Amino acid sequence: MLRNLTLAIALGFILGAVALGFLPLLWLGSGQAFHFDAYLPRVVAFTLKQAFLSTLLSVAIALPVALALARRQFFGREALLKIFSVPLALPAIVAILGIVGVYGNSGPFGGLFSIYGLTGILLAHVFFNMPLAVRLMLTRLETIPAENFRLAAQLNFSTGQVFRFIEWPQLSSAITGIASLIFLLCTASFAVVLILGGGPQATTLEVAIYQSLRLDFDPARVSILALAQLITCGLLVLVAGQFAREIQVIPPMLARIRRWDGQSGFSKAIDGWAIALAVGIVAPPILSVALSGIGNIRPDGSLLWASATSLLIGLASASLSIALGWVLAESAARQPRSFLKPAITLACLASLIMPPAVLATGWFVTLSPFADMSRYAFFLVVILNALMALPFVWSPLHPAITDSVQRHDRLCSSLGLRGFARLKLIDLPVLRKPIGLAFLMAVIVSLGDLSPITLFGSDTLVTLPALIFRQMGNYRMNDAAGTALVLAAFCFALITLAQRWSQRHDQA
Amino acid sequence: MLKIFSAIIASVIFASLAQAKETLTIYTYESFVTEWGPGGKIKEAFEKTCDCSIEWVGLGDGVAVLNRLKLEGANTKADLVLGLDTSLTAEAIGTGLFDKHGVDKALARTPETWTDDYFMPYDYAHFSVIYDTEKMAVPPKSLDELVNGDPAQKIVLEDPRSSTPGLGFLLWMKAVYGDRAAEQWKKLQPRILTITPGWSEAYGLFTKGEAPMVLSYTTSPAYHMVAENTSRYQAASFSDGHYLQIEVAGLIEASPEKVLAQKFLGFMMTPAFQDIIPTTNWMLPAGATDTALPDAFGKLIVPAKTLLFSPDEVFKNRRAWVDEWLNAMSK
Amino acid sequence: MIKLENVGFRYEDMVMNFNLQVAKGELVGIIGPSGAGKSTLLSLLAGFDDPVSGRISIGGADMEGVAPDQRPVSMIFQDHNGFAHLDVWTNVALGVSPDLKLDPQQHERVDGALARVGLSDFRTRKPTELSGGEKQRIAIARALVRDKPVLLLDEPFTALGPALRRAMLDLIREIQTERKLTVLMITHQPEDAKYAASRIAFVQNGRITHVLPTKQFFAASAPAEISAYLRG
Repeated sequence: MLRNLTLAIALGFILGAVALGFLPLLWLGSGQAFHFDAYLPRVVAFTLKQAFLSTLLSVAIALPVALALARRQFFGREALLKIFSVPLALPAIVAILGIVGVYGNSGPFGGLFSIYGLTGILLAHVFFNMPLAVRLMLTRLETIPAENFRLAAQLNFSTGQVFRFIEWPQLSSAITGIASLIFLLCTASFAVVLILGGGPQATTLEVAIYQSLRLDFDPARVSILALAQLITCGLLVLVAGQFAREIQVIPPMLARIRRWDGQSGFSKAIDGWAIALAVGIVAPPILSVALSGIGNIRPDGSLLWASATSLLIGLASASLSIALGWVLAESAARQPRSFLKPAITLACLASLIMPPAVLATGWFVTLSPFADMSRYAFFLVVILNALMALPFVWSPLHPAITDSVQRHDRLCSSLGLRGFARLKLIDLPVLRKPIGLAFLMAVIVSLGDLSPITLFGSDTLVTLPALIFRQMGNYRMNDAAGTALVLAAFCFALITLAQRWSQRHDQA
Repeated sequence: MLKIFSAIIASVIFASLAQAKETLTIYTYESFVTEWGPGGKIKEAFEKTCDCSIEWVGLGDGVAVLNRLKLEGANTKADLVLGLDTSLTAEAIGTGLFDKHGVDKALARTPETWTDDYFMPYDYAHFSVIYDTEKMAVPPKSLDELVNGDPAQKIVLEDPRSSTPGLGFLLWMKAVYGDRAAEQWKKLQPRILTITPGWSEAYGLFTKGEAPMVLSYTTSPAYHMVAENTSRYQAASFSDGHYLQIEVAGLIEASPEKVLAQKFLGFMMTPAFQDIIPTTNWMLPAGATDTALPDAFGKLIVPAKTLLFSPDEVFKNRRAWVDEWLNAMSK
Repeated sequence: MIKLENVGFRYEDMVMNFNLQVAKGELVGIIGPSGAGKSTLLSLLAGFDDPVSGRISIGGADMEGVAPDQRPVSMIFQDHNGFAHLDVWTNVALGVSPDLKLDPQQHERVDGALARVGLSDFRTRKPTELSGGEKQRIAIARALVRDKPVLLLDEPFTALGPALRRAMLDLIREIQTERKLTVLMITHQPEDAKYAASRIAFVQNGRITHVLPTKQFFAASAPAEISAYLRG
C-alpha cells in the first residue's frame, strides 16, 4: 500500500514536472500560426545520424576497454577509473575547450584535420560517453562470480572462450540499456553540436529548440520541435526496452577476483592497446584543461562562493534524484511485466527526452504569476538537476535493487521486517555501494551543468560553471581556465572520496 | 509599563517603515553585474544621489533579457531594463511594456543623432573583426576582403539567432551587400571556423588560438592593453564601414517606481555613470564624461563609416534575413 | 596420491601451514570451524591460489607452477558450478573441450555422464531451471567427463535436504569406487563425513591439527577441540 503510494508520488512528481514544463509552451504556441518547415526533417535526420554514429563508436571502443580493465590489474588502474569519471562532470564548454586544445588548430595536431563538423561532434561525444559506457560495463562484469573464472581455468578456456561463455552473456543484457542511454545523451547534446558543429548545417533538435527559444521566441516552433524530440526519443526508449534482456540477478562479488585467462602475449597486447586508446581519448583534453588552468586560479570570494553553491546544489539534487530513483527502481523490481515498467523507464529518462531549456521555460510561464521566481530559483534548479541526474542514478541502482529485492523480500516479509526498520537494517547496508556510486554520479552531473542556472538568473545562485561563463563574458579567459581546473579537481576529489567510502563499506 | 514599551516598539517600526528605501529593480545582462562589471560601482554612485537602492537582476545576455520580459509580460518585476541594443528595441516596444523615458535626447553622445523616445543609450561600440597580430600579418581592410580572402585564415563568428554580435554581423553584411548578401555568405563560408552560440565561446576559441580572427568590438583590444598589457590583439579597420551597436535602457510602463526610474535614466547620462563604463564594460560612453578615457582607448580604430539599420527596419526584416542566412549556410 | 608438505599461505592476517597425506582411492572429509582455511586448502590443491612455501605433489608430481587446467584435479564448488546462460549438455561438454567441437566418441562420453548422474532428461534445460541438487549434478557429470584422478568438493551439498544429501553422497561414493578417485570433501555436516569418509582432517586456525580415522574422530575419546566443535 505504502509502496504504491510512494510510487505514485514519485511518478506523479516527475511526469507532472515534465508536463508542467511542456504544456504551457504547447498552449502558448497553439495560438500562433504553425508553419511546417522543410527544415524539420533535415534536423531530425542529422540528430539521429550523429547520435547513432557517436553511440556506435563509444560502445565499440568501450567494450574492449572494459574487458581489458576487468581482466588486468595494474599500477594506475584505480587512477584511470577515476579519470573516467571526470568527462561527464565537466561543463560542456570546458570539455570543448579542452578538446579543442588538443585536436584543434592551436593544439599539437594543429590543423591535421578539421574538428569543426561531424568529426568534432563525434570526438567530443566519444570523450564524454565512452568512459561512461566502460564504467557501466565494468559494473556488470564485476558481478561475475569467482567460480566462473575458476571453472574457466580448470577447463582451460581461451580468452575468446571466456568472453563467449562468461563475459558476453553478462554484458549482453546490459548493452541495449547502455547504448540507449548514450544515444539519448547524444541526441540531447547541445553545446557540443553548437560549438563544434561548425554552423547551421549541423543542427540537432535540441539545438533547434534552444535557438527557437532565444531570439525568435517562437513557442509554436518550439512545440513542434519538442514534440518531434519527444516522439523520436520516446519511440527509441520503448523499442530498446523490447530488446533489453532481463537483468541477470547474481550477487555482487567481493574484492579482487583472480582470473587465469589473458596470459598470452597476444591477449596482453590487445588489452594494452585498448587501455592505451582509452587513455589517449580521455586524458589529453583533461590535461589540456589542467594546463590552461594552472597558474590562473584566483582563490577569492567568488570562487569559494561558487564552489559552496555548486556543492550544496549538487548534494540536494543528488539526494532528490536518489530518492526518486530508489522508489522507481523498487517498483520496477517488484512488477517486472506490468505496464508500469515502460512508464518508469520513460520517467527516468525524462530529462533526456524533454530538453531542460523547455522544462525551465514552461515552469517559468506557469509559476511566475504566482511567485517571485528568483526566490525559488534554488529549488527549481535542484529539481531540474535531479531530473537530469536520474538516468545516471538509474543505471547503477536498478540492477542492485532488483537483486536485493529478489534476495531479501521473502525473508523480510516472513520476519515482519518492514518500512523504516527494513530500510535501516537491510536495504541501506546492502545497497551502500550502488547508492554511493549513484549519488556520486548525480552530484557530478549536477556540478557540471549550466543550463538550469542560466534560465533562472539569480545573482546569489552562482555555481562553478556559471562562474566560468561569467568570467568568459567579461574577457577573463584565463580566470575562466583557472576555475575550470578547480571544477575538474573538485570532481576528482569527490570521486576519490566516494570510492574510498564505498570500498570501506564493501560487505561480503 | 507595557503600554509605553509597545508604543516605543510601534514608533520604531513606524519610523523605519517611513524611512523604507525605494528599490529600483533593473533587469540587465549578466556581465554587467559581475564583480568586474559596472554594476557595483554604478549602484554605489546612484544610491548616493537618493534615498534609494538598486536591485540588479542579471539575466544571460540582451536577448535573454528581452525573452524574460516577453515571458513575464505585465507581471514583470522590472522597473527598468538596461542592456538591449538597437536591433532589439522595436521588438521591445512592441511588447507594450515600455513607456517613454522623458529624458532630454540631446544628452546622448552617439555617432548618430539620438531620436528614440522610449530608450536612452548608455554605451556603444562598432562591431569589428579582431585579429591576432602574431598569426596574421596583414588583416583584411574591408568586408569584401574578408569575404574573398584566404580560406586558410579563419574567423570565428557568432550565431545571429542567439547573440547580438552575431545578429550585428548579419546586419553588417546586409547593410553592405543588400540583396547580394546570400551569395556573399556562401563565399565567406569556407573561411568560417565555426559559429558559436554566444560571444564568450567565440572569444574563448579566438584567444585559445583556434583562428586568427573573431567578430567582436572595436573596444576589445583596449581590454588586452589595459588589463593584460599586450597589444597582440587588434581591430581590423574596414573601408566599407562598420556596423554599430548602441546599448540602451528603458523604463517599464507598469512600474510603481517610474519617477525613480526616470531619475536613473537621467543619472545614466551624467559623468557619475559614464565614467565607470569604459574600463568595466569595455565600451565607449554614450553620455558626458569627466575623466578622460585611458590611453589605450586612444589607440582604438575609429571607423570612417557607420552602418546602422533603424530599429523598425530590423524588426520588420529580421526573420526573413535570418532565414536567408540559414539557407545560405545550410548547403 | 596427494601430499602437502609445509605448504604455507597467507590470507589477510592468518598465516596457514598445511601438512597432509592422502592415499589413492581415499575419501577424506575436511571439517573445521568457519574461517579456518578449509576452502583455501582445496584452492591451493586446485591451483587457484599459490603457496608461499612448501611443496604440493599430486600423483607424485610436483605441482609448483602448474596451471589449474594442467592439474589432475576436478573441483566442485558450493555454488555457481555452471554457466547460467548455457544449457546442461553444453555445460558438461565444456569439460571435454572448451571449443565445443566434440567427435562422436566424446559426444557419447557426455551423454553417458549425464545418464550416470540422472540428468539425461534435462540436457536442454538451463541451470536456472534446475533445483539445487540437479545443479550440483551438472558439476559431477562434468567431473566424470574430465576423468581426473582427484576430486575436490567444497561443501557442494550444503544447501540440500538430508535425504538428497545422502543420495548425492552415494553417487559420489559409487563413482569414486568405479574410477578409484581420490576425494577431498569439505562439509559442515559432520554426519555426511561420518557417512562417506574413511578419514577426517580437522582444520583449525590455518592448520590441519588432527587427521583421524572416522570412527576415532567421532568417538568420545577424540581430542578436546574436536569434541568441542562437534558437540559445542
